[in-house]
Amino acid sequence: MRYLPLSDTDRSDMLAKIGVQGIDALYCDVPNAVLNADIDLPNHKTEMEVERHLTKLAAKNTVAGTVPFFVGAGAYRHHVPATVDHIIQRGEFLTAYTPYQPEIAQGTLQYLFEFQSQVADLTGMDVANASMYDGSTGCGEAVMMARRVTRKKKAVLAGGLHGQYRDVCETVTQYTDDELNLLTPNPADPAAELQDLMDNVDDTTSCVIVQNPNMFGHVMDLSALADKAHAHKALLVVVVTEIVSLGAIKSPGEMGADIVVGEGQSIGNALNYGGPYLGLFATNQKFVRQMPGRVCGETVDAAGERGFVLTLSTREQHIRREKATSNICTNSGLCCLAFTIHMTLLGEKGLRQMAMLNHKAACDVKAALSAVDGVDVLNEVFFNEITVRLSKNADEVVEALAEKGILAGVPASRLMPNAGLDDLLIIAATETVTAEDIAALASGLEGELS
Amino acid sequence: MLKFTDEHEWLLVDGDSVTVGITEYAQKALGDVVFVEMPEVGDTVSKGDDAGVVESVKAASELYAPVAGDITAANEELEGDPSLVNSDPMGAGWFFKMTVADMSEVEALMDEAGYNAFIAGLE
Repeated sequence: MRYLPLSDTDRSDMLAKIGVQGIDALYCDVPNAVLNADIDLPNHKTEMEVERHLTKLAAKNTVAGTVPFFVGAGAYRHHVPATVDHIIQRGEFLTAYTPYQPEIAQGTLQYLFEFQSQVADLTGMDVANASMYDGSTGCGEAVMMARRVTRKKKAVLAGGLHGQYRDVCETVTQYTDDELNLLTPNPADPAAELQDLMDNVDDTTSCVIVQNPNMFGHVMDLSALADKAHAHKALLVVVVTEIVSLGAIKSPGEMGADIVVGEGQSIGNALNYGGPYLGLFATNQKFVRQMPGRVCGETVDAAGERGFVLTLSTREQHIRREKATSNICTNSGLCCLAFTIHMTLLGEKGLRQMAMLNHKAACDVKAALSAVDGVDVLNEVFFNEITVRLSKNADEVVEALAEKGILAGVPASRLMPNAGLDDLLIIAATETVTAEDIAALASGLEGELS
Repeated sequence: MLKFTDEHEWLLVDGDSVTVGITEYAQKALGDVVFVEMPEVGDTVSKGDDAGVVESVKAASELYAPVAGDITAANEELEGDPSLVNSDPMGAGWFFKMTVADMSEVEALMDEAGYNAFIAGLE
């Protein structure tokens, strides 16, 4: 595509046409003080100088992958094979825009269909959409979908649901008449969390939202909760923040989930400073018309050849406007492609192997830390994340260890401030963690807590 | 008694309740119907309230309560075979039945001749 710059003649013709003397006159509504303000920016630099400057800035970071790294709590550092980046960098994938014209978007639509199939398979549900922005906004969407389906407006959110996912649910419902029942976290007792959820479901409940493994790393059997919710005509929404966990634990679909919300970042995607991430959203066939987001479908063209299209479009806001299932009109395309490629390379066998490596790493962490004075491991059944109670303030310990080049995890108080969780540290261990890393963590903690 | 609204819905009056559907004109304009979302049986509606959605391959159209009353039945046949709306809009393609709170609302609607004149004026 050519770049056609404007000439001075073009500019003066346009200005004359609209009756304006010069470009500056178009900014007449901006207060002078703001328009001509002194902005403290350095003079331009050469490419070499800029490179030197930015490299120095970057060197101030402690980069995951160069130090023992145990930070998780909703985003996880995994090994993404070089093949993934190689394929997503192909121009046909990298620059392709939204696939609303199926005639010229079959490549994009095909991978979207494969992605949806993978997500439905992993979560044990009938159908998945083409992705949402991230797990947290997907969670907000689930609250709204449950309301549409059940016509009830009270959502019950588990104490072990990621603190920031709870925040997003509160944000999206702040101007509506939805009611959110936010249960108290139970860091050490997942059975109590489940019981609390069961006790708070009644006929006015639209949905129960529970994360598994939960924010503290506990893995739970949600079947009884599913039965209780269904008995009261409420939906069970299961949130999965670490998608690799589905390579080892029972799928939410098998346990009776009606909606599954997930964060797909772990597969194919890096930590990205908090985003872009990859919201996964799946449900059962009977609710598909209430599902938000784009949906890709398989069909045949006029010549009887297989083709793919975006479908069930009347749910979406460009057709249904204020009655649409959501105002989302996009999906997390490139992250979604990366996920699909990585998942294809892994296959079921590879994913299960990867899951086992993760779990082993977490087991090794638990074993090492159980021997450290001042550290109390709270988890019995877990996947790749555990929570420990420290004899000191977790935030201070993490800061002190960071100074020493050990990124020890996420203090629970970061996700849920003022909830009495100040002595809890959430530690993730993926396949990238080595025995040396674990030893460094254990001795680092020993040093801080003795 | 058969009555019509300017949203191309028909009402078949039977005592103090009515059956509601969409007209031949409407089904032709919509194209192939692929899905019908019904109002909830038991709901109380006012004239003009949303009472479901008819979805075709090219559009999604609201259904409206033509008069005030309570929804007493929804045509479950349409769940399995929405094309009945196209093939038999005045008969097997009915959408829902409802009681009528105020018969004068029904009487104020167009009769068949009035409706035919109305759609002739639209062409």
